[in-house]
Amino acid sequence: MRVLGIETSCDETGVAVYARDGGLLAHALYSQVELHARYGGVVPELASRDHIRKLLPLVQDVMSEAGTGASDIDGVAFTAGPGLVGALLVGALTGRCLAWSWGVSAIAVHHMEGHLLAPMLEPETPGFPFIALLVSGGHSLLVEVNGVGRYRVLGDSIDDAVGEAFDKTAKLLGLPYPGGPALAQLALQGNPERFTFPRPMTDRPGLDFSFSGLKTFALNTWRESAQDDQARADIARAFEEAVVDTMVIKCRRALHQTGIRQLIIAGGVGANQRLRERLGQLMAEEDGRVFYPRPEFCTDNGAMIAYAGYRRLLAGQTAPLSVNVTPRWSLEELDPADA
Amino acid sequence: MAIRLLAIETATAACSAALYIDGEIQERHAFAPRQHAALVLPMIESLLVEADLKPGQLDAIAFGRGPGSFTGVRIAASVVQGIALGAGLPVIAVSTLAALAAGAIRETETQGVLVALDARMEEVYWGRYVAVTNRVPALQGEEAVCKPECVHMPADGIWIGAGSGWDSYGSMLVERAGERVVRLLPDLEPRALDIANLGVDKFGRNEVIAPEAAVPVYLRDNVAREP
Repeated sequence: MRVLGIETSCDETGVAVYARDGGLLAHALYSQVELHARYGGVVPELASRDHIRKLLPLVQDVMSEAGTGASDIDGVAFTAGPGLVGALLVGALTGRCLAWSWGVSAIAVHHMEGHLLAPMLEPETPGFPFIALLVSGGHSLLVEVNGVGRYRVLGDSIDDAVGEAFDKTAKLLGLPYPGGPALAQLALQGNPERFTFPRPMTDRPGLDFSFSGLKTFALNTWRESAQDDQARADIARAFEEAVVDTMVIKCRRALHQTGIRQLIIAGGVGANQRLRERLGQLMAEEDGRVFYPRPEFCTDNGAMIAYAGYRRLLAGQTAPLSVNVTPRWSLEELDPADA
Repeated sequence: MAIRLLAIETATAACSAALYIDGEIQERHAFAPRQHAALVLPMIESLLVEADLKPGQLDAIAFGRGPGSFTGVRIAASVVQGIALGAGLPVIAVSTLAALAAGAIRETETQGVLVALDARMEEVYWGRYVAVTNRVPALQGEEAVCKPECVHMPADGIWIGAGSGWDSYGSMLVERAGERVVRLLPDLEPRALDIANLGVDKFGRNEVIAPEAAVPVYLRDNVAREP
């Protein structure tokens, strides 16, 4: 069984082929980061316009690299949400119609399920159940994963997603878009003792996240500082420490609350080194294990959509001819996929 | 012409698909704002099932490449890219304004059509078309997106005004056109039936493109503002 996966939910065009025998055969990604950089954020109309130019050449490249012809494909999986509606439509319609003309199944995949299952693309995979921390520019989620499609959202962001808070704080410190990774880099030169930022929502029970206040705190600290390079680095350090510490506190709570001892980290912020280091320490203390997708599968990609589509196809879950994309879609609405 | 051609048009609030087989056309059509993604493939499937055809038995696929609703023209382009790559078909890109002109010519037997589609932001997509052989409209000048007060009106002749722009900006356009415009079809929508006819004409002239070249023509390209 081979599944072609297509991801176009935001500003990355991703395509991959996953096979029951052989695993991931090929994958490719085209990132629009440079296209949107001059606007300081993703411009949805430009994202859609770029997907439609880039998607088909990527499909052709990936099929060829995978040594896969049309007759080898058993299904085409596409991201059906959540995400930008115009961007989603490009991948969903192209993928759905490709499947129809090949006479094979189509599978509508939940983007965040793709992220949840991305660690399954690595040599060492967690068994169910596990706790997933999904942290990206659009999401901050803690999810209890009891099987494919068996998800319980333990915590969610009530305002800015963690990656968004990184990018916005970077912007107010004068770093170029997308500033999150640059801010993390700058934090390495910062003095951790100089500023102490709050750990939002850790002084009360619960697993929800709120990061917009930290951004304001960073802005006020910057205004009151000398506004020089050292202040910038020290604020970056204090901000990153506060965010990472908050996530570690919430992960520890989730582990204690559920009794689960496996943790997976996914989403773009999952590439943050400080976060990985601290969660590694946490899982050592908790006598558990932490799993990560490789960095290129932390961010949006076609491989995770191909894999999630493969798991759904195994369970016989396919999409109708009518294409519907869902910009807002909870993981808890998904059906279990027990093959 | 002995040809089997599938055509789709989704650039406005209407959604349609048509199948041309050796001179005969079947069409599915619906006025269905924001339902195009859900409707278009079932329409296509029903046409092919009725004709007992597989996608690979088609000779080509034509689509309304715009201008029109950005999302609408991308729906058509995405559908066509998927089917054309999957079935190994050449693609024919047809102007949505030309299809509207062809519809007006088909319905009224007149020769000249001034097409104006509401482009929002106080602008219209504008094209001047004149029927040539086989009722195929030929573009005079260029298609443009502009304010209704700036469209390029013909100096003389007898014309029909077609498309939603003649509704939204009717008084301004009618005032500018004066007696040259003898009839208005403001409710006329571009249809796959006309995309099919124009597509067959283009196929005969070998005006085909590869699947990945099936991209929209938006006309409006300044869609983002720098901070």
